[in-house]
Amino acid sequence: MNEARDRILGRLRANRPQAVAAPAVYRKPLGWGREERIARFTERMQTVRGEVHRVSRDHWVDWIRNEIPSRGLRHALVGRSAVADRFAANIGEAFDLTRYDRRVDDWKDTLFLGIDFAITGTLAGLAESGSLVLWPGPDEPRLMSLVPPLHIALLDADRLFENFAQLIERENWAAGMPTNALLISGPSKTADIEQTLAYGIHGPKALITLILE
Amino acid sequence: MNQTADFSRRIDEALHNDQLRRNFRVAMGGVMERRAQQFPDDAQLQALREQARAVRANSLVKQPELLEQLERRLTENGIQVHWAENPEQANAIIHEILQDAGARTVVKGKSMVSEETELNHFLEKRGIEVVESDLGEYIIQLAGESPSHIVMPAVHKNRFEVAELFRRHHPDIPYTDDIDELTQTARQVLRTRFANADAGISGVNFAVAETGTLCLVENEGNGRLSTTAPRLHIAITGVEKVVARLSDVPPLLEILTKSATGQPITTYFNMISRPRQPNELDGPEAVHLVLLDNGRSRIRVDEELLDTLRCIRCGACINHCPVYVQLGGHAYGTVYPGPIGITLEPQRLGIDQAGALTSACTLCGACGEVCPVKIPLPKLISRLRAEAVNEQRSSTPLPGRGSLRKSGEAITWRLWQQLNSRPRLYRLFTFFATRLRWLTPTRLGGWTRYRSAPSPAARTLREMARREGFGHE
Amino acid sequence: MPAPESVYFFATCLVDLLYPKAGLAGMQLIRRAGVDVIFPQDQTCCGQPAFNSGYRDEALAVARSQIACFERDIPLVVPSGSCAGMIRTHWPELFEGESDVQQALGLARRTYELTEFLVDVLDIRLADLGEPVRIAVHTSCSARREMGVGDRIRSLLAQLENVEVLVQEREAECCGFGGTFAIKQADVSGAMVKDKTDALRATGAECVISQDCGCLMNIGGAFEHQGGGPTTQHVAEFLLERTS
Repeated sequence: MNEARDRILGRLRANRPQAVAAPAVYRKPLGWGREERIARFTERMQTVRGEVHRVSRDHWVDWIRNEIPSRGLRHALVGRSAVADRFAANIGEAFDLTRYDRRVDDWKDTLFLGIDFAITGTLAGLAESGSLVLWPGPDEPRLMSLVPPLHIALLDADRLFENFAQLIERENWAAGMPTNALLISGPSKTADIEQTLAYGIHGPKALITLILE
Repeated sequence: MNQTADFSRRIDEALHNDQLRRNFRVAMGGVMERRAQQFPDDAQLQALREQARAVRANSLVKQPELLEQLERRLTENGIQVHWAENPEQANAIIHEILQDAGARTVVKGKSMVSEETELNHFLEKRGIEVVESDLGEYIIQLAGESPSHIVMPAVHKNRFEVAELFRRHHPDIPYTDDIDELTQTARQVLRTRFANADAGISGVNFAVAETGTLCLVENEGNGRLSTTAPRLHIAITGVEKVVARLSDVPPLLEILTKSATGQPITTYFNMISRPRQPNELDGPEAVHLVLLDNGRSRIRVDEELLDTLRCIRCGACINHCPVYVQLGGHAYGTVYPGPIGITLEPQRLGIDQAGALTSACTLCGACGEVCPVKIPLPKLISRLRAEAVNEQRSSTPLPGRGSLRKSGEAITWRLWQQLNSRPRLYRLFTFFATRLRWLTPTRLGGWTRYRSAPSPAARTLREMARREGFGHE
Repeated sequence: MPAPESVYFFATCLVDLLYPKAGLAGMQLIRRAGVDVIFPQDQTCCGQPAFNSGYRDEALAVARSQIACFERDIPLVVPSGSCAGMIRTHWPELFEGESDVQQALGLARRTYELTEFLVDVLDIRLADLGEPVRIAVHTSCSARREMGVGDRIRSLLAQLENVEVLVQEREAECCGFGGTFAIKQADVSGAMVKDKTDALRATGAECVISQDCGCLMNIGGAFEHQGGGPTTQHVAEFLLERTS
């Protein structure tokens, strides 16, 4: 295998094409204020059937308690984060709660079959593309935002960036990437049959973003 | 030439399949329209294309160094890197990884590179079950077919054909041809596969050298599931997919999704840098990357042809090709169809294997106009035609140079040259052509199957010009 | 650039032998605008047919034999997007590394497609003397993408007030001519020209106008074979008739 590596690299070194002058700036800043960023994010998300609600920072649990049971959803999944603790402390009898606090290998069936919705925080949002940015970790593992049929994501209104390029640069992602970084821009969908959009295939069927202010 | 005859046969089949051609007309029209809607401002589009071209071109300049840096970072991150020169090596490496892990079931995200190596077939022959999880790939897996498009593998199938496939393969589920219901069937059927597969195999859209990060683009969630739920994840990609920096990704991501499916962004953008860490609760415990060469390093030796390697596999060229829409993907008989196919495959496989494909092109330029990384496809196709008929043209390491030269055709062009480089001979020819125009045949092979035969005018323009008093020198 | 005193005219082999009236109309439009038109008698072909088939040595031999015909530093006007495109965009590649590359580049730089010349250099004014007519325009792929002059034909037609221009479906799609493609891939070409003629028929246009006789030979020939359908004409002939 090292031979393969050496031969491949050897052939690649046999020629060095000319470099191309790169345009200086990928995107000039759009200059969107906070309200505009929220509006753009909301519009983009709604276009792809993402639900968006603006909710006060103090009352997002109330929102979930008021809204979600009427949709026939009972079994909630949270992680071990501050978001998780806050939720757990305030739901009373409204939901059955599972904490994602052990390795998935031990409880996969329940994860895939027994959870109605999961709640996670987010690292940031992107207004231009209508995207949530997640860095899953030990406190909110990767499968939370993927397996349950509904994903509820909390987005701090002050963490809405214009676009991906701006976020990567401002927060210096190049200094260190996590195990997994995600951009989530709506519920799962496909157009593989007659190029007709159909929602809710392998990822969550529904995505609710609560913009916290 | 066998390849020419085979290609003709497949073309003939395709042209007689009215349903197929109707499907493609609708599909290509729709995807072209959606792309156009994403680029309302032409100046911005051109600036973005130039940006994407520069990123990809400069990645190719430094390709060996970037691959080494990628390997270093990935290895530091705990992802194991393997190098494969050809499909045999790639398949063997992947099989060995699966065997060492005791993996018998695989769930697969979309990977055109794995089509190059025919990975599924290789693994299945060795008793490993492989399930394609992307809906389009799942459909064609059920049908026992290969993809007919690099982004929309089942684009040639309408919903009734899909409904029939599902009816046959999922007998417990009541028949439906409703697209939403078919989609729910796929979700239901594939869910257990994601949950229980021993391993997930995926492709890679961009591999970032700076941070050792594998980036994947998708709408369905099957890619994330395949690369997160099983305990083992194997990614395979071509050696040209490496980019230098994280900041290279946003422009490529934007132009890829807008060019490919007319979306500002796909549902998910998945960036993987490490396997499951000791304090993490999910994710694969082992992650591997297989880097496949398969002709790419040989292409890179040629200053002109290496532009082919900028390709980010968006499929826009295919969508806009007036020949592809008449034929569909299978007629080409290669992993990659359409303009990128007729440019890449003769280089990858050799002109003696795939050079005949270059005839399936009018050089209309629609492909080059939409390519997000500005590959000059018509120029490269034209170059390949030149290499195909003249072995002496260059010393580029392209296999099969000159293999499509036919002595009859070569003699015709020699005669044409004699005629057109000798004015007196040309004037003599055109004199007789005009004076004897009543002798022009009315049947001219393929031309007159669809059109009336042209015939010379009574006088040439040269003669008319002189008669009308225009200066001559 | 200001209007020159005289220009060369390059027939193109197709126009010289098959559609001379189109070429003559082009020359007459230029002469009417006060510019002298010179037609060197020794000209033959730009080399494109061989070039597109991969026979570059043969294409080069023919192309270079044209240079001496057009030696003066005056514009070369070509009644074809495809042949103008060959000279302007492909001669540089064809002549690369050759001893006469500078002369070839020099000629390429002063090559114009006819409608491009009429609009950009002569800025001709046209008065429509014809009866109302409904036409469709087929812009060749070369005029559109290689030469970037697809809009010139439209701006000329827009000056004719009795001419209504209808737009066919999939207007930018190739007609399927592609030179030797129509022979080498005759059935694919046939399928493409069928789609193109269907779209043109559906507009109800009486005539289809184009900058390129290759496309017209393809489209017009298909209409004749199918029966019925619009007539076809090169833009130069159409303009000259309407304004004389």
